[in-house]
Amino acid sequence: MTQLVSIYRSRWIWSFVAAAVVWTITVMFTGGASMVGLTQAAFTFAAFSIIVGLGQMFVITLGPGNVDLSIPATMTLSGTVALKFINVDASLIVPGFLIAAGIGLGVGLANYSLIKLLRIPPIIATLAMSFIIQSTAIWTNRGLRIRPPQPLSDFAVGFTFGLPNLAWVALLISALIYLLLEKSVFGRWVIAVGQNMRAARLAGIPVDGVRCLTYVLCAVLAAICGFFLASFSGGAALNMGAEYLLMSIAVVVIGGTSVAGGDSNVPGIWGASLFMFLVVSMLNTYGFDAGYRMIMTGIIIIGVIIAASSRTVRI
Amino acid sequence: MDTNMSERPVIEITGARKLFGAVKALDGADFAIAPGECVGLVGHNGAGKSTLVNVINGGLGLNEGQITLSSGQVSSDFSIRVARAQGIRCVFQELSLCPNLSVVENMRIAHSGLSGPGWRSQARSMVDELLDKIFPGHGIDSGRAVSELSIAQRQMAEIAIAFSSHGAPTALVILDEPTSSLDASRAEQLIAYVKTFNAAGGAVIFISHILGEVLDVSDRIVVMRDGKVVSDKPSSAFTVGSLVQAMGSVAAESAGRRTVAKRAVSEAPVIAFPRERDAVEFEAFKGELVGLAGLSGHGQTQLIVDLFMSVSGDWWARREPVAAFVAGDRIVDGVFPIWSILLNMTIAVLGRWQRFGLTDRAQEAEYGRTWHEKIGIRTPNLDHPILSLSGGNQQKALFARALGTSAPLVLMDDPMRGVDIGTKQDVYQMLREEADSGRTFIWYSTEMDEVCVCDRVYVFREGRIVRELEGDAVSEENILAASFGERVA
Repeated sequence: MTQLVSIYRSRWIWSFVAAAVVWTITVMFTGGASMVGLTQAAFTFAAFSIIVGLGQMFVITLGPGNVDLSIPATMTLSGTVALKFINVDASLIVPGFLIAAGIGLGVGLANYSLIKLLRIPPIIATLAMSFIIQSTAIWTNRGLRIRPPQPLSDFAVGFTFGLPNLAWVALLISALIYLLLEKSVFGRWVIAVGQNMRAARLAGIPVDGVRCLTYVLCAVLAAICGFFLASFSGGAALNMGAEYLLMSIAVVVIGGTSVAGGDSNVPGIWGASLFMFLVVSMLNTYGFDAGYRMIMTGIIIIGVIIAASSRTVRI
Repeated sequence: MDTNMSERPVIEITGARKLFGAVKALDGADFAIAPGECVGLVGHNGAGKSTLVNVINGGLGLNEGQITLSSGQVSSDFSIRVARAQGIRCVFQELSLCPNLSVVENMRIAHSGLSGPGWRSQARSMVDELLDKIFPGHGIDSGRAVSELSIAQRQMAEIAIAFSSHGAPTALVILDEPTSSLDASRAEQLIAYVKTFNAAGGAVIFISHILGEVLDVSDRIVVMRDGKVVSDKPSSAFTVGSLVQAMGSVAAESAGRRTVAKRAVSEAPVIAFPRERDAVEFEAFKGELVGLAGLSGHGQTQLIVDLFMSVSGDWWARREPVAAFVAGDRIVDGVFPIWSILLNMTIAVLGRWQRFGLTDRAQEAEYGRTWHEKIGIRTPNLDHPILSLSGGNQQKALFARALGTSAPLVLMDDPMRGVDIGTKQDVYQMLREEADSGRTFIWYSTEMDEVCVCDRVYVFREGRIVRELEGDAVSEENILAASFGERVA
């Protein structure tokens, strides 16, 4: 009974409830025909939002004003550079992946350097950085679209035990992030910084180290996501990260993480990511055109956020 | 018992009962206050004082009990709105001004009637006038953001705003630990003002752990224990000793200074912190209680914070910390508000039990149990939110956070704000034992008897150390003389 109550009271459950409702409505409309296809597509596309959402969640946990707007540019750059390096040679997949992760590391360090050294608010620093990154991507890419090597694109679109491979990747990353946030000393520090930065520093927490590492973590996850997205969609495109700017923030908020910082959870990101994809497919199924679709998506996101925040009772 | 009692009370509460889960914060308390009266309210941490105050100001509803207004009418829907309409104002123990707004803007929040063109200048003249009247020479620019003021100035501003009236006259002001951040001279100014306010027919509820102050200012004293009123008599019937007894703790004899063995001349300090501006170089030796004294807000906190920053890393945490910090300004410097009591207690020592970077929940819970008992935090369960504790008990959790570390140096920034006498004695005892076993304490306090317990004292004035007092030279007279400098000849 108490377990039931605690589940009811946890905010993340609502993102799953919302996702399930939208799924049911969509499946009902198609008379059950789309059940398997819709579910598999939902997990595939949700995987990308989950990976970037987890990074954004860590950054948002750091407290008000902390957000990483360079995620889309980082995705583009890492996808472009990695595929260019691999150059359709299957033996270079692993080094290519490491290069992508390395780009994330570099972007994260650059982001925090701007924030710290020039004392720019994170929202401006990461936005400015994203222009630099995006320009670098344009410069390296020069309009070429290099295909991923066959084994990599097979992996990216393939399935294992009925679930998309990318969903398994997202699951693995989620498990690691869960461990980091809930069980590790580092996670505890991040949450402390998000609640009260000054008190955290005076409790002996190395605040700069913690914040820097968090921005690096977020950028590395964005870079990994960009690598897989480029492999999935048959090559990197310069605008491929664009929709993940809003998406990474929306899934964090809908997933029940507090934008005030210091209060986050991993499962909600899954529910929210599935929900976000399913909303769009539901509107597609019902035959709304693009304009209406975006309006409806916006209204639904706002509705969910209002519903989620009104239940939050702080003592 | 008082001539004023023939008038109708400003507010009367009978049979008040308030539960927080299983905790009975109020257990059948009766309380009334007449116009022109100053009532002292005393009791241990968790005795129910703050709860009673929050009931009177409308912030908390009662589970049982009756509230009668000055009109004689029983209020069935008593709320903050009703309380304000009755002219009831409150200065909270945890300072409650909006830090990002100026004093003038905070004045506007307190008085919604201040509106239309020119409200700013009107508010400014009102608050400035009151500040000048209550705290001559306060040095507060009321156009500045509250966050830029020192904690003492914030407290003064909050008090002035509470006493101000616009539209509805101010009938009752509740002062919850109003002097916790004020030094002795400011406290005296406040007490003097309370008396003139009383003479003009205003009522005041005065809550303080400094019993001498309560005896000074009040006409009548109400003693609370375990959510009940256990004693209610004119203050002339009490002494400090009998008050302590009524609160239910053994009368505390004045704590004597420790006898410390003379240091060898060659002994190296645990920490030295030379600064250009100081008249005496700051040093602390092993096993010493070093006091920081002087009027509040004269650079003591700054020294403690600078000292802490200089020995702890921004980028990397040492496994064995050099220093631990105990906050006095709990909300700003200490508490993690979303967390439970346990998580708040263990944050500084967490690294000790890590394996592969992961925390050890079992060790953490064990640590919590040990300190729960050792320092006597009043809660049935450490998993409750930290903010469910009374101020003094939050402070105990912060003490547990710092004393549990292996740090040889403990820095305390006026940590006894709002802590009751019983707890203070327990903590003093613990500090002495720890110091005897070789720990060094650097202790800023606004209370003279605390400073006088220290082995050595640095006196501050205008941001710098002006005097060092050692051994028997540590006395109230010497400290006061040094803090006022040439002004006291």
